[in-house]
Amino acid sequence: MRAAVVVFPGSNCDRDMAVALRAATGQAPDMVWHRDTSLPAGVDLVALPGGFSFGDYLRCGAIAARSPIMAAVAAHAGRGGAVLGVCNGWQLLTEAGLLPGVLLRNRDTRFLCKLASLKVAAPSAFTDGYAPEQVLRIPIAHHDGNFKADAATLDALEAERRVAFRYVDAAGEVTDEANPNGSDRAIAGVLSENRRVLGMMPHPERAISPTLGSTDGAALFRGLVESLARA
Amino acid sequence: MRVRVEVMLKAGVQDPQGEAVASALRGLGFDGVGSVRQGKLFEIDMDAADRETAEAAARAMCEKLLANDVIETFAVKV
Repeated sequence: MRAAVVVFPGSNCDRDMAVALRAATGQAPDMVWHRDTSLPAGVDLVALPGGFSFGDYLRCGAIAARSPIMAAVAAHAGRGGAVLGVCNGWQLLTEAGLLPGVLLRNRDTRFLCKLASLKVAAPSAFTDGYAPEQVLRIPIAHHDGNFKADAATLDALEAERRVAFRYVDAAGEVTDEANPNGSDRAIAGVLSENRRVLGMMPHPERAISPTLGSTDGAALFRGLVESLARA
Repeated sequence: MRVRVEVMLKAGVQDPQGEAVASALRGLGFDGVGSVRQGKLFEIDMDAADRETAEAAARAMCEKLLANDVIETFAVKV
């Protein structure tokens, strides 16, 4: 699997993403600057990393979504290419119109920085490394992770099984207390209609080593490598 | 030509920042404060042949960047 990580001014999780991708694929991903107008040839996975692109100015991910590279990322997605947007990357994908809905300020207005429990909620190239409904411990670190969409969109996401992850408690149950940021339907990650684009607020790239407190993120990247190799 | 653009959250969209501001105002003794909604104001200086062109350009700016029409409305004043 050939991977590329797009770097915007203010991205700060690009290197962690590169470490996770290198561990899973055996090769260092291409680091692509936001002003480039094309992706490297043969890229299978484009990763949009977390951080504060453009300082979260205007709206989180809004200016990054209008970067020159995004036309190439959209074309890649349109051809069925895989795109993984983590945290600011998910915000970016909604601003770019590649995923529905919007990420608003956390319900309690505080920046959240802690391990969260997630339940795998749908099959996909990104989640097939996990057992169905597996509960994971993955860190979150965000101020604007409150996923909102209108009722018709939410119902469609559920009906099409495009909710990839949900916030749950340790027992795997969806509860108000277990929902850290107020996201509709406790949604922590969403798939595109063709299931090749994933946006998620938690950071799987920060859960690949025992020293980080969880290795539950590693299977996302391993599963991706296997899924895309089979394709 | 100078254009003012106001961007506000649509009615019904949660505004935790506005709620936090309202809470702070009440804490300062402004007991009568009900709700606060926080928006954005842009002052744009642009080249435009006339007011109509400036207004049309500003509306396009809102549609393309300044407002996210999933959650925001905008008003343009030349």
